[in-house]
Amino acid sequence: MAADTQEASVDSGFGQISRTKDVAFRLLALAATLIGIVSLAALLLNVAVDAVGWLDWSFLTNPPHPNPNNAGFLPAIVGSIAIMIMIALVTFPLGVGAAIYLEEYASDGYLTRFIQLNIANLAGVPSVVYGLLGLGLFVGLFNIGYGSVLAAAFTVALLILPIVIISAQEAIRSVPDSQRQASYGMGATKWQTIRNVVLPRAMPGIMTGTILALGRAIGETAPLIMIAAPTTVFGVPNSLLSKVSAMPLQIYNWASYPQTEFQYGVVAAGVVTLLVILLTINSVAIIIRNRYQQRT
Amino acid sequence: MTNKQMTSSETEQTDDQQPNPTPGTDSLADRGTDIGVETSSRDDPATVTDRTIIESRDLDVYYGDDQALNGISMEIPEQQVTALIGPSGCGKSTFLRSINRMNDLIDIARVDGELFFREKNVYDDDVDPVALRRRIGMVFQSPNPFPKSIYDNVAYGLRVQGQDDNLDEKVHTALERAALLDEVEDQLDSSGLDLSGGQQQRLCIARAIAPDPEVILMDEPASALDPVATSKIEDLIEDLAEEYTVIIVTHNMQQAARISDKTAVFLTGGNLVEFDDTTKIFENPESDRVEDYITGKFG
Repeated sequence: MAADTQEASVDSGFGQISRTKDVAFRLLALAATLIGIVSLAALLLNVAVDAVGWLDWSFLTNPPHPNPNNAGFLPAIVGSIAIMIMIALVTFPLGVGAAIYLEEYASDGYLTRFIQLNIANLAGVPSVVYGLLGLGLFVGLFNIGYGSVLAAAFTVALLILPIVIISAQEAIRSVPDSQRQASYGMGATKWQTIRNVVLPRAMPGIMTGTILALGRAIGETAPLIMIAAPTTVFGVPNSLLSKVSAMPLQIYNWASYPQTEFQYGVVAAGVVTLLVILLTINSVAIIIRNRYQQRT
Repeated sequence: MTNKQMTSSETEQTDDQQPNPTPGTDSLADRGTDIGVETSSRDDPATVTDRTIIESRDLDVYYGDDQALNGISMEIPEQQVTALIGPSGCGKSTFLRSINRMNDLIDIARVDGELFFREKNVYDDDVDPVALRRRIGMVFQSPNPFPKSIYDNVAYGLRVQGQDDNLDEKVHTALERAALLDEVEDQLDSSGLDLSGGQQQRLCIARAIAPDPEVILMDEPASALDPVATSKIEDLIEDLAEEYTVIIVTHNMQQAARISDKTAVFLTGGNLVEFDDTTKIFENPESDRVEDYITGKFG
């Protein structure tokens, strides 16, 4: 086929030019896409099939139990949600505040660049290292309790803070400079400009970044292990200082049980629950974000 | 980051003018400046009594090591249209932005010399640039309305300046003066971004005049617009000059000739070569280089 088209192009001068590489690259790119999607779909399907019969109302509302048929997920679900809420409350103001400072206030000097470089590097530090930091700082120094809701939330908040800062910075940077100029030209102060012009326009992007970061936070296991969060708790946490487990931690624990009912059925039920809650949080956040986008 | 972006674009401009420093530019500039100021009060009886609202004395502006303005001295009369013309990178926009201290927003910009607004040097320590900008409105090259309603766009300056009594009335007046009210009267709640380019620019003009500034700076306000929209803006500028002092940067010489009372010609290297009544500049300029520029021999 390639030879045909090449001949044609020689003949008339306006004939077909060979598209062999075009087609080949297109197929390659399609294959790359499909490998990702198909394996993810297969994984989800596999887990969903395994979860059938195990994921029911009592699984969602009971505490864990040594008998797989009575095993429940409630304390871990509530624990995860409590940790997530605390993380959001901590990271959103800190992350957006830092991003505003770096983008709008800090002058472009060595210090700013040094901070910037460090934030970028911190975003790549393994989560287990943050766990150690959390253990030393929050559990050791501030003494807010081994494996407490607060210790877990603060530790994971530190972990995702660089991601939130960087994405918020990008959102703020994408606000066209002409908008700031217009505002300053009207005699607006810096704060008025940030409040009325920059933030409203950057907010959808800031929220997207925060949502993605929270999505990463909900799956974190290693830092929770490091701050000695129990893999299994039998009661729902009743204060910010009570010991807490989280969904991925509980799933990890179940996977180490000897019974195959745990290793397949209960783990799968837990995974499906985790994914559904994660997707729900994401969709709610996206809906809020879109509302915000329409208003401005 | 924003500062960095602005800075890089500004340095590009100044880079342009660096490689070709014309010999004798300085003496020309001095001559031009002197001529401009003197002839304006000598030749034209109509403008003799005009009060000066803005006066620069030996104003230099640097972006880092690059000099963007070189010893600019000029007196801008009140309630007239003054046009600043010249080729790209000649410093005319820099001069405009140094009047309301927008150059302060660029980290590496540095200003030497004096710029008086109503006999007060705006670069004195006790001048708050925010307060200054509340008395000197600005319209930019490409229309930049906020992604807010038409009403909120016009009300923006009034709100940030705390003039939010009789907001409806002031918004209407500003839209009327900007010759936009008839077109948008029944859609004040729709987004400013839904308007056409020319309407957006008139919206920006309405936004600039709503808080009733004393001077309006316009940085090539029609360069992004089609001829019809341009002519509307030009008509509007002439109307505005009845109440406001208008200083307009333009690279369109016909536009300067049509709408301005005074014209300042900036040539390469950030030098003001000639400043005089517009008719004089276009019919009988003192400087040969200005004549060459006006007649299109370069620039």
